[in-house]
Amino acid sequence: MTTLRIDNLNVSFSTEAGPLHALKNVSFDVPENRIVGIVGESGCGKSTLINAILGLLADNGSIDGGSILFEGQDELTSLPSSRMRDLRGPRIATVFQDPMGALNPVISVGKQMLNIQYRSTLSKDEKMNRAVEMLELVRIPDARAALARYPHQFSGGMKQRIAIAMALMMEPALLIADEPTTALDATLEVTTIELLKDLQQKIGCSVMFISHHLGVIAELCDDVVVMYAGEVVERGTVRQIFQDPRHPYTARLLECDPARQSERTRHLPTIPGEIPDLRARPAGCIFANRCDLVSDACSAPPPDKDIGDGHVARCIIADCPEETGVTA
Amino acid sequence: MLSYFFKRLGLAAAIVSVAMFLLFCMIYLIPGDPASVALGPRATEEMRAALREKMGLNQPVLVQFWNFYIGAWTGDLGDEVLSGRPVTTVVFEQLPYTLALIVGGITWSVALGIPLGCWAAVSRGSWADRVVGILSVAVIAVPSFVIAIYALLIFAVELRWLPAIGAGEPGDLGDQLTHLILPSLAVGLGWVGYIARMVRASMLEVLEASHIRTARAFGLPDRTITFRYALSIAILPTVTLLGVGIGQMLSSAVFAEIVFARPGVGKLVYDAILTRNFPIVTGTVLITTVLFVLLNLLADLIIGALDPRVRSSF
Repeated sequence: MTTLRIDNLNVSFSTEAGPLHALKNVSFDVPENRIVGIVGESGCGKSTLINAILGLLADNGSIDGGSILFEGQDELTSLPSSRMRDLRGPRIATVFQDPMGALNPVISVGKQMLNIQYRSTLSKDEKMNRAVEMLELVRIPDARAALARYPHQFSGGMKQRIAIAMALMMEPALLIADEPTTALDATLEVTTIELLKDLQQKIGCSVMFISHHLGVIAELCDDVVVMYAGEVVERGTVRQIFQDPRHPYTARLLECDPARQSERTRHLPTIPGEIPDLRARPAGCIFANRCDLVSDACSAPPPDKDIGDGHVARCIIADCPEETGVTA
Repeated sequence: MLSYFFKRLGLAAAIVSVAMFLLFCMIYLIPGDPASVALGPRATEEMRAALREKMGLNQPVLVQFWNFYIGAWTGDLGDEVLSGRPVTTVVFEQLPYTLALIVGGITWSVALGIPLGCWAAVSRGSWADRVVGILSVAVIAVPSFVIAIYALLIFAVELRWLPAIGAGEPGDLGDQLTHLILPSLAVGLGWVGYIARMVRASMLEVLEASHIRTARAFGLPDRTITFRYALSIAILPTVTLLGVGIGQMLSSAVFAEIVFARPGVGKLVYDAILTRNFPIVTGTVLITTVLFVLLNLLADLIIGALDPRVRSSF
């Protein structure tokens, strides 16, 4: 079964300068028990995507079409807000990017972990024991005493582990992790990633892991979704995306990964140009203005080309690998 | 926590000392001879000399200040000129009335201002938000004595719902409370506006914070998020504001006590100024200064109790 199936999702925001089409025809699946990485540069619509799934879009945002099907039965785009709130937490749990601000500063960690179990029928002591268990699982030292402490008494890495513990305590079907390691230093990043993978297997949930760190995605994820300017330009397994990228943007993005530089260089490669203004989306390919392989045909909307085995790329030349200019 | 408390108490003592020095200078610089003012134009030179001697006015100025300073710390603020009763006795007789007025004013402003500010923040941009905004600015803009006069005219004179003047029968709590409603409203109404604006602004800021998004992402009920997760943080600047605002409320209390002919330190100091009863003026100002400093200390302690981040920095 598919935990989350997003099909042709469109989201726009009304702004003073007119509507901003933030997500355009976004489709991908998060299969059961798999970790799907969402990768893309800042402003590619990752946060909008999360908020659309959680039903937490800002007041000026709206879903203009498409579907978000959760566990094959709940259509999240039309779910009443009370039903949506019941899913948030117990079924879909989220770990946000900013570990410093993710916990309430004036409520003790124990109280916060107690509060999020408000739907449970367990006794207060049992809930507290569950909180201690989870904190021990994410290796918070002296977990019982930690419950009485406040967020500012923990380091950033510990706060992020507490946030992970809170999310996984809910035993969700889907865990959304929004750049959970970006604010952490390199060593903490590795341990946090390993922890996340361990716990995912223990609890048996699906994970949507958002990151712009290609190394982390390659290490952790089973599948990858590449986003650019609010569109899914390519999706497939980690092997397909990293070994055989078919969209020119994916190819350029991989070239820009410092870890992939085989020769010493003074200048890291970049992709020249900028993301187009989303208030005036081009009719054709969204990447055309930065693409080396652009041709006249790119002014028409590109098809989602199926390369096989779930590997899909939104580019007219996706099925001619020699033309994307990348040798893996 | 305890060491913080004593540190703050020491600071409070220093502030009060500076206030005493300034107060002494001001009184000293007032032109004219307090003894002749007190005794009136028909007093003889011997009588004036005797009073000057009694009041210590012919001693060097620093000695005078020292006597005043030491006297004040030991609770001796001198005697009233007219009746000769100790100033502290006179002021402490009146102080409970003013305290009741200020506590009443704070109760009005908190009981109305916080819910209105919250309501405006959670329904931002709606008509409710706009109405609360306009009313807040309106009550801030109107001076408290104007509110006092109109409250008196409308509720006491026209509608006859509430008593007009006085503080009620001593010993009859209900009567005293009904006498407190209008004057405390006059003192507190402007603060309803301040607090509503303040709570709205800090609520809007807190509601944007990422921990609120976390709370939403865990599906916590809106009521829990608004009151327990957001308001508990948004309330903090308001507590500080109230601590400082007590000074302004004390001056509103002067007007309210005059308009409603209530006893209280405001009325006391007003009458004392009219009769040139300077020891009462000095004593009242000093005691209200101490009160103000202590209430500010209380506000800081309340913030410490509400905010663990502040508490751990104590």
